[in-house]
Amino acid sequence: MEEHFEKLASILSQVTGFIYPNELEAHWGLLIVIYPYITGLVAGAFILASLEKVFRVKEVEPTYRLALLTALAFLIVAPLPLLAHLGHPERSFEIFLTPHLQSAMAMFGFVYAWYLMVVLLLEIWFEYRADVVGWSRQERGLRKWLHWVFTLGSRDVSPEAVAFDRKAVRTITLIGIPSAFILHGYVGFIFGSIKANPWWSSVLIPIVFLFSAIVSGISLVLLLYYVTSLVRGRAPSMQCLDKLGGFLLYTLILDLSLEVLDFTHRLYESEESIHILSELIYSKLFMSLTIVQLLIGTLGPILVLALVRSSTLPDELRRVAYVIAAMLVQVGIFSTRWNVVIGGQLFSKSLRGLTVYKVEIGGAEGVLVGLAFLILPFLILYALVKILPPWEEARPVEAGVSGMTATK
Amino acid sequence: MEETPARREFLVELLKLPCSAALVSVLGPVTDAEASAAKEGAEAVGEHYYGMGIQVDKCIGCGRCVEACKSENDVLREPFYFRTWVERYVVHSDGKVTVDSPNGGIQGFEAPEEERDILRSFFVPKLCNHCDRPPCVQVCPVGATFKSRDGVVLVDADYCIGCRYCIQACPYGARYLDPRTKVADKCTFCYHRITKGLLPACVEACPTQARIFGDLKAMSSPLRRMMRMSSLQVLKPALNTEPKVFYSTLDKEVR
Amino acid sequence: MRRILRRRGVSPLRLWKLPDQVLRLGILFAIGAVALLSVRQRLVPKSFGELGHYRADAVKAAAGQPIRYAGAEACAECHGDVAELKGGSYHRGVSCEICHGPAAAHVQDAGENKPVVPRERKACLYCHGYLPSRPTGFPQVIEKAHNPMEPCMGCHNPHDPKPPRIPSSCSACHGMIARTKAVSPHRTLKCETCHAADPRHRQYPTSFIPKKPTDRSFCGGCHAPNAPSSKHIPRVDVGSHGGRYLCWQCHYPHHPEAR
Repeated sequence: MEEHFEKLASILSQVTGFIYPNELEAHWGLLIVIYPYITGLVAGAFILASLEKVFRVKEVEPTYRLALLTALAFLIVAPLPLLAHLGHPERSFEIFLTPHLQSAMAMFGFVYAWYLMVVLLLEIWFEYRADVVGWSRQERGLRKWLHWVFTLGSRDVSPEAVAFDRKAVRTITLIGIPSAFILHGYVGFIFGSIKANPWWSSVLIPIVFLFSAIVSGISLVLLLYYVTSLVRGRAPSMQCLDKLGGFLLYTLILDLSLEVLDFTHRLYESEESIHILSELIYSKLFMSLTIVQLLIGTLGPILVLALVRSSTLPDELRRVAYVIAAMLVQVGIFSTRWNVVIGGQLFSKSLRGLTVYKVEIGGAEGVLVGLAFLILPFLILYALVKILPPWEEARPVEAGVSGMTATK
Repeated sequence: MEETPARREFLVELLKLPCSAALVSVLGPVTDAEASAAKEGAEAVGEHYYGMGIQVDKCIGCGRCVEACKSENDVLREPFYFRTWVERYVVHSDGKVTVDSPNGGIQGFEAPEEERDILRSFFVPKLCNHCDRPPCVQVCPVGATFKSRDGVVLVDADYCIGCRYCIQACPYGARYLDPRTKVADKCTFCYHRITKGLLPACVEACPTQARIFGDLKAMSSPLRRMMRMSSLQVLKPALNTEPKVFYSTLDKEVR
Repeated sequence: MRRILRRRGVSPLRLWKLPDQVLRLGILFAIGAVALLSVRQRLVPKSFGELGHYRADAVKAAAGQPIRYAGAEACAECHGDVAELKGGSYHRGVSCEICHGPAAAHVQDAGENKPVVPRERKACLYCHGYLPSRPTGFPQVIEKAHNPMEPCMGCHNPHDPKPPRIPSSCSACHGMIARTKAVSPHRTLKCETCHAADPRHRQYPTSFIPKKPTDRSFCGGCHAPNAPSSKHIPRVDVGSHGGRYLCWQCHYPHHPEAR
């Protein structure tokens, strides 16, 4: 604890103005920045997947199963930073035992369970079932056993059963879209409903969170599709990439519009928190907000994508441009989460002072742990891709069994 | 003198009972026995509803309340954890306002270097407001913080999971995370004292009676007098938390 | 439909025309739900929900914390003479434990747990060290100028802290006002010139409050156009200047027209 006090003492010496004595440390740190980032990716990837199923955007079909697996991999990791952050993670099950229904955070347990069980796992099950039956018939050993368990014994692959599977997938996706909205929207509501904090308390925050999520999800799937294509030695479909790039551009513009609206509204109403919040933006958040989130993370990708779409560049260059835009977006969205979570704790509720947040390298909430939580989903995704390959060429070939014609 | 017949006397006695009972119920207990019985009954049912009054123009900024609170409640002595603290406001002639609270005011304050252009200056004690509509209770995901029947907002240290949502939700900065127990902590109105008829430590320690504690349901108490005689303000009224710590002569600069 | 399925040797678990998938999933979910509910039943703390959405036992726990401060009344039981002396003094509102620290342990076992007896100057300066933010008139001393190095208790009995002499000048308690006036155009005016004060104010300040001038002609004594006062004093038509306000309702007499 001595170290902790030393850290706090050094923060105390960097306080400007006046803060309430208890406000010295920012309680929600890096791990709480990572959580909305991860659930945002989950919601965004799922929304992208739903584009194909519900809105029948055929071009993004190659990314459909990959997007589902991505969402699952990130969803599995999502509760981990929360658990690591709790003062008493061993008591975390209390959220399921005695959820206080007035609290948005209590909804976490149910929303998460609903989304995991009823939406994601079910959709993946129905989507893959027929193929898994086919695989299990052809394999041996551990893979055969794993796939057999996956089917839960339901091995009917007649056209009627498969047709039911497809209908089920469509229905679940339909339910899944508002579920994804709630999964990430409630995180925005957790912040947006805190009347004590003028940086967070806003009707727009859940909406902004959602659009940032969609943006980050699309760009993640784009990146993964590109990288996995490279790794498999296949050329990614330019049609698919173009479509993804298009959606990314439109949602980025929407996201930017919302941010501009929020900014304009705050300036116009100019209520009493405007002074300290302006000071916050100009001093502590200048780099992460104006430079990283706005310029690098939003305007930059919009520029790149708009240029690419308005010109006729060769495929190679277009691919590179998309990848660059997607990476910039990821950085920008992470910075967005940072600015919301950390930014809201850098100013005092007395509206008279600012504190600092020092992120450690090691330690329970340090950069290393954060990186581990960010890398883990990719490891899980790798495992999932091995067990449930989403590639077209990996589908079992059995004439008349799978109801779908094998096309490229 | 005529003797009243025994019948009449008996009837009069009979009438006295319900009348006196009615009177007692309206005017309150008269004898000590009745008074203590009523008090016991009230305690048993939870008839108290506690609040605090702070007369800002009486606070001298000595910080004895902060010291007493930390002693009474075993709060960590480091300058990062306070259940109550004192703020000093100095309004200068040019309109600039300086606010400070060195170590919560526990060692008092040091005189400012330049006193010449002070327009007005005062101390404001702060603590958990034990709101009637506490935003901290609203956001607790597991029910570890709550408003008791007698109006005191408490934390269940054995149930709190340490998510810190309540700390974020409190508009007054009254809560902190105790690094020893890793759960949320805050002023309890010295619940262990007030339920035994004692005063909270900070009220006990205040040499000028700037802090007043009392039962909002009691008909006569120092708090009741303050509520009658003073114009009352609360902190951040626009947030509709309905604090039960009432200030008098609270300056416009105080947040 | 059924004939086709039977011919294909489909699972015998077909009931109510529900597809096989839904049935299997349904059973799985039902098992999960029952398991979760029964676990929940066992784990929810017993007193939860009795009084509200919280453990009722927590209220008892909060009330059971140990007590450190005994309270003002407790000391009088054994130290009645001190309590009586203090009760009639300026420190009647200052409870014993403010200076002597938490004494509940001392009440339990007087010999074992002696309270502290603060004799150093610092102890008195918490309240009486000069700070401009303290309410005006509150007895304060400028530490460096007020008998430095001497213990406060040498002249002041903490249980009856009368100053050894009744203060002779107003600045003893109204230091900030005195210092403000001392650099103002009114520096040569004595406080008594404007504030008619009962001499007992020095000893019982809140019981004998000095007065303020109640009409303009008072200030006009120096500031009226034909007043017999120094040429350098600014003149003003006392009858018309300032509408219906008294002079001191606009001008701060302790530093009029402060720059």
